[in-house]
Amino acid sequence: MKGALVPIAMLVCLTACDDMSNQAKQRHYAPAVGPAAVPSNTVEYLDRPSQAPPVTLELLERGQERFRIYCTPCHSELGDGHGMVVQRGFPPPPSYHTEHLRQAPVQHFYDVMTQGYGAMYPFADRVRPEDRWAIAAYIRALQRSQNATDGDISADRRGALE
Amino acid sequence: MPAIFRPSANLAAAVTLLALAGLGVGGVALWWLWPRTDYARHVRWPVGQPVPFSHEHHVAGLGLDCRFCHNSVEVSATAGLPPTTTCMTCHSQIWTNAAVLAPVRLSLASDTPIAWNRINDLPDYVYFNHGIHIAKGVGCASCHGEVDRMALTYKASSLTMQFCLDCHRDPGPRLRPKDQIFNTQWQRTADTASPAALMGEYHLRNGRRLTDCSICHR
Ligand code: HEC
Ligand code: HEC
Ligand code: HEC
Ligand code: HEC
Ligand code: HEC
Ligand code: HEC
Repeated sequence: MKGALVPIAMLVCLTACDDMSNQAKQRHYAPAVGPAAVPSNTVEYLDRPSQAPPVTLELLERGQERFRIYCTPCHSELGDGHGMVVQRGFPPPPSYHTEHLRQAPVQHFYDVMTQGYGAMYPFADRVRPEDRWAIAAYIRALQRSQNATDGDISADRRGALE
Repeated sequence: MPAIFRPSANLAAAVTLLALAGLGVGGVALWWLWPRTDYARHVRWPVGQPVPFSHEHHVAGLGLDCRFCHNSVEVSATAGLPPTTTCMTCHSQIWTNAAVLAPVRLSLASDTPIAWNRINDLPDYVYFNHGIHIAKGVGCASCHGEVDRMALTYKASSLTMQFCLDCHRDPGPRLRPKDQIFNTQWQRTADTASPAALMGEYHLRNGRRLTDCSICHR
């Protein structure tokens, strides 16, 4: 009898063996509601109204990085609207260097990203509010760079260009 | 009484015993090794998807950044798969009649997400986090291979515990500069910062025991 105890104990231990590779948790990339909807009575994470932050070099660098990820496929690195996807048949967006967009307030760019504009889908689900402000600030800098005047060059550097 | 076995039976018995032992050892080895082979782990097998999405066309062809679609990869544990609206950002205007894209349009119209099939899947008892790896200079290609050359996405590395530990023991040589993390074609060149310099840049301390069981089995 005593001799059987050890094998029995070992058998009991075996019953606890289970493959834990797949546990009872959400298996699919399925959100609670369909892709086009937001669950009712909720606010998007972090998506509260915000103010334009002060423009710093850090903000512009962040903006440049985000702009290159999300906007260059259509608007191109220069902002002239000849991005790669446009070359494959997407309706061309306007250049950022038109008079209309150079006069537009920064808020306008923020709103276009949040709500979309015509054929352009909104980016609110991909770009966080802080990043939207950063991109808007970067577009401002881009516009300035394409329409630079003598006054933009500091006096000590001007000599190098002449 | 004549002998039942002829002398040659000695040899036959020895060979049989050896063969049996070999079969036993081989069987155990196979039972142990088989799940660890690339074949059994489905490495480099394309997985059937509802839409034959091609990273080759979208990443190498159009120059899209990984984050255009996997936009939570820098800040969260999961990289995330793009929602239907991300595809429709472009496909509302181009390839609008393509039959291959019918499931995408149907998904938007019927408000049901596309269910992609998993390719890389760790057992649920392993904790993994993308954010920390991206923040500390590990490129997508170190684990997912040359995604921009994949016409159909496949698993590029075995994702065994050994695979993780090989790097956790000494991450230095596999780190890359910040601006090359999403470039799956990047190779270390002569003027890349040294492993030690990169370790310093990302504030990785050598003494930190990245191989502790509790790092991955929480
Ligand atoms: C898939 C291509 C595509 C992407 C990506 C894209 N846009 Fe656009 N964008 C367009 C198109 C097309 C228009 C013109 C829409 C129209 O007039 O119907 C447009 C228009 C605009 C306008 C002009 C609005 C006006 O007042 O005329 C701004 C500003 C803009 N986009 C900003 C952005 C920013 C910022 C991003 C990155 C977050 C971005 N776009 C990404 C295609 C795109
Ligand atoms: C145009 C959108 C898009 C871009 C850009 C993109 N992906 Fe993907 N990715 C997808 C979709 C859709 C899937 C799911 C279908 C599939 O597996 O092919 C996916 C799947 C994956 C998977 C497999 C996921 C799993 O189930 O394990 C990996 C790994 C991956 N992508 C890595 C990358 C990397 C690395 C980049 C940048 C070089 C990238 N992706 C760029 C859309 C994109
Ligand atoms: C250190 C290794 C490693 C690196 C680096 C890495 N991944 Fe992953 N990735 C994994 C593992 C492991 C999984 C499976 C996760 C699971 O099963 O829980 C995964 C899963 C995914 C998935 C499927 C969805 C998900 O989040 O589970 C996508 C998409 C993906 N990775 C994209 C990327 C992209 C894009 C990058 C680069 C920015 C990247 N990965 C970098 C190891 C890595
Ligand atoms: C930035 C724009 C853009 C986004 C976002 C995008 N596509 Fe595409 N897609 C294209 C273009 C452009 C082509 C045509 C490819 C070419 O001309 O090489 C294409 C082609 C395709 C094709 C046709 C076969 C092929 O590979 O050439 C499929 C299928 C496809 N896309 C699926 C998807 C899916 C699924 C998504 C969402 C995860 C997606 N696309 C997101 C621009 C995009
Ligand atoms: C190419 C190198 C590399 C590979 C491959 C790799 N890791 Fe890492 N991992 C790192 C680095 C570097 C860190 C950051 C360590 C730090 O912050 O001190 C890290 C950190 C982690 C952390 C967070 C540790 C913490 O507590 O801060 C986890 C969890 C982790 N890795 C899991 C995994 C798993 C699971 C795999 C295999 C699928 C894997 N890693 C493969 C390099 C790698
Ligand atoms: C860097 C991450 C990491 C660390 C650290 C780690 N593991 Fe693992 N472990 C894994 C992964 C990934 C797997 C899943 C392998 C697979 O898919 O079969 C795993 C699987 C296992 C398994 C199941 C093996 C099997 O074949 O089913 C055991 C047991 C295990 N680990 C024990 C340990 C112990 C003990 C330690 C500490 C000495 C440890 N692990 C440390 C990542 C890790």
